[in-house]
Amino acid sequence: MVAPVEPKPGGTLRNAFGGVLGFFILLLIGVLAFSIRLFSVIKYESVIHEFDPYFNYRVTQFLTKNGIYEFWNWFDDRTWYPLGRVIGGTVYPGLTLTAGTMWWILNSLNIPLSVETVCVFTAPVFSAFAAWATYFLTKEVKGIGSGLTAATLLALVPSYISRSVAGSYDNEAVAIFALIFTFFLYIKTLNTGSLFYATLNALSYFYMVCSWGGYTFIINLIPMHALLCIVTGRYSSRLYIAYAPLVVLGTLLAALVPVVGFNAVMTSEHFASFLVFIIIHVVAFVYFIKGILSPKMFKVAITLVLTVGIAVCIAVIAILVALVASSPTKGWSGRSLSLLDPTYASKYIPIIASVSEHQPPTWPSYFMDINILAFLVPAGIIACFLPLSDASSFVVLYLVTSVYFSGVMVRLMLVLAPAACILSGIALSEAFDVLTQSVKLQLVKLLEGPLSNSGDTKDENSTAQNDVLKADKQVATNNKTEDVKERPSKKNRKKDKENTEKAPVKSHNEKRLLALPLEASAIAIILLVVLGSLYVIHCVWAAAEAYSAPSIVLTSRSHDGLHVFDDFREAYAWLRHNTEVDDKVASWWDYGYQTTAMANRTVIVDNNTWNNTHIATVGTAMSSPEKSAWEIFNSLDVKYVLVVFGGLVGYPSDDINKFLWMVRIGGGVFPHIKEPDYLRDGQYRIDAQATPTMLNCLMYKLSYYRFVETDGKGFDRVRRTEIGKKHFKLSHFEEVFTTHHWMVRIYKLKPPKNRMKGKTKKPKHTSKPLSGARRDGSTKKNPWQ
Amino acid sequence: MAKSTSSDVLTLIRSLRSAYAATPTNLKVVYMGIVGSFPFNSFLSGVLSCVGTAVLAVCLRIQVNKENKEFKDLPPERAFADFVLCNLVLHLVIMNFLG
Repeated sequence: MVAPVEPKPGGTLRNAFGGVLGFFILLLIGVLAFSIRLFSVIKYESVIHEFDPYFNYRVTQFLTKNGIYEFWNWFDDRTWYPLGRVIGGTVYPGLTLTAGTMWWILNSLNIPLSVETVCVFTAPVFSAFAAWATYFLTKEVKGIGSGLTAATLLALVPSYISRSVAGSYDNEAVAIFALIFTFFLYIKTLNTGSLFYATLNALSYFYMVCSWGGYTFIINLIPMHALLCIVTGRYSSRLYIAYAPLVVLGTLLAALVPVVGFNAVMTSEHFASFLVFIIIHVVAFVYFIKGILSPKMFKVAITLVLTVGIAVCIAVIAILVALVASSPTKGWSGRSLSLLDPTYASKYIPIIASVSEHQPPTWPSYFMDINILAFLVPAGIIACFLPLSDASSFVVLYLVTSVYFSGVMVRLMLVLAPAACILSGIALSEAFDVLTQSVKLQLVKLLEGPLSNSGDTKDENSTAQNDVLKADKQVATNNKTEDVKERPSKKNRKKDKENTEKAPVKSHNEKRLLALPLEASAIAIILLVVLGSLYVIHCVWAAAEAYSAPSIVLTSRSHDGLHVFDDFREAYAWLRHNTEVDDKVASWWDYGYQTTAMANRTVIVDNNTWNNTHIATVGTAMSSPEKSAWEIFNSLDVKYVLVVFGGLVGYPSDDINKFLWMVRIGGGVFPHIKEPDYLRDGQYRIDAQATPTMLNCLMYKLSYYRFVETDGKGFDRVRRTEIGKKHFKLSHFEEVFTTHHWMVRIYKLKPPKNRMKGKTKKPKHTSKPLSGARRDGSTKKNPWQ
Repeated sequence: MAKSTSSDVLTLIRSLRSAYAATPTNLKVVYMGIVGSFPFNSFLSGVLSCVGTAVLAVCLRIQVNKENKEFKDLPPERAFADFVLCNLVLHLVIMNFLG
């Protein structure tokens, strides 16, 4: 509750206490950011969450065990069987290296924490850092008060909490800190023009490149800002110092990261920076000549320079176009393309479209994730435009681009959150400034009336007047901000009326001061505090209820108390203890990382999704009838098949619900799998109306095998229907383990029979796909035979 | 008269600048055109080393320029120290990248 009001003293106390107070407030903000993310540990336990974090955790374990050199050369043979994966060269190492370093430091200080603990708490620690970075960034833009407010908002913003609760050990956890810090250093360089900060900026950019693929956002946003500055005539040598070394050093440093490598100079994502690099040199050259020549001579010279410049530009653009056109995907990776054209992924790459966080967000998710910030942001933009500086234009540009990106992909809401926090921090702080100033003024005037002769009051008054003179301009400009912010409330009109009513009554210099009346500003302050409290309440609720679930341990509250579903770990533990070390486990790719990390068994596909064909093979197997699926799995040397089934307890994100994506991805590579075969009149259903193809496919059978024995009817709680085919036997698979709530079911492939019962070895290739239910395995569909 | 003076100055500047900064890079690029860019990282680090040094030198000269009003509060010693640091980082990275 106190949080939004908290920054107030730090903003106004300009005396010696200010610094100390500000420091303590920052410390508190850090503690706040850390502790609000601990709900998951308190409510559940200290575990790693979800899918990708398990992979990062496994990599970190490897790193701490084998050292950095082994890590760079690590070829992982426990995943993507039989292909394997080069981990060292395909992973963004920032997060693992950070956590590994933290663990190493702690251990050398004789603080024996386990790797898992360090991993769990990396994200909260870095969110505290991110809050501090936000403070510095906003301070560079608008001063200390705004900085503190923005840091508080960022510490609490739900969008960021969703990615950085304790246990959510993912790249974004450190990347957001790196992102904000890089922007801060860029602004700092821009404001001071010091090469030192430019160097730091490049290093921080390097850290960002290490951490997250989102670094392309930086390397496109900063050139955009530089270009904006040039176009609007705000070019300065500070801009040159901030930009040019960053491009050279940053490119070199980025090329050092194995996963980026030569992409740093070869792909289109980075070309914008080089183009602006050339432009800024041309502009710098023009300014330089302008400086040493007289204006008259400059006019003559400029034509010469222009012709040369245009020629160079045309040549460069021609080269660029040739380069871009020569590469197959025009030099852009699939995810970047789907950013530019939101419909790209759904049209061409089902595997990107199938991930829910790559889909466009809905309006409620904006409100859920940034809450009141969405309404404060416009006010912040206006506050940034009144005196427009290089720094504030950067913040506005950041906001605009990130709003666009967040509209394309729900995952990038995370990039929007810091921008929204900074701008609403500015808005809130400016509003508080105006309101408290006017309260102060009015109080002084009230006192001035009865005690007009007292020297004490005069003195106070004069200091207040000084204050007012100083703040006069600010107040005048910020009234607008205030108005915009308060527009939704009807208090605004009332306040205006009061203002006009009381204007003649007030003293003669009232008109110049443009201060708000006492009552109105007091009410407005209270309203702002209420607004802030609502935000805090929402954030705490989001942190506690919405975003803390680790998704490997599930809970549900019903009338007879709390139920805990720990089926995933039960299944993985079973695999770990009851199967051979080298057994291969097939599952849909979502569970690949968890299987390798928790069960330590080799998987066929995992969440890395780098090989579409391989995933399509598994998808094909899951959507084929039992026998051909068995053949595919057997050819992949698979011993166990794992399916996730939520029908008994109503767990909605199970394999049956993901099944259509398996069909689509499988059908994308192996055309005999056709999506319409699995749909009845365009509807996906598993009851008696379902198509025979659907009822005979492996996924259906593995999910619903013996399901009817649970309640006698086979009622699926997720689909809310009775299943279509209740009594059937498995011929090629046998059930070996089903967890307590039936959420994970593990099947073993039966060994091949010694005798084929009079069957020909080569099955005929069915020409017509109509008989999809009886389709036999053909040689073509299986690439591993 | 005026025109000839200005173009004189221009040519002078341009020749100086190209001689100062761009020649090694051009040589590199020409070399690449002839020999090919097989050890791409060597080529890249060579080019970027030249460009980087040139850029940093420009930055330094902007900062220590007495007539430049923007950097009144930045002492030249500080500027030189920054320049050295920046160059150090640059060339450490280059050495690392050279392969």
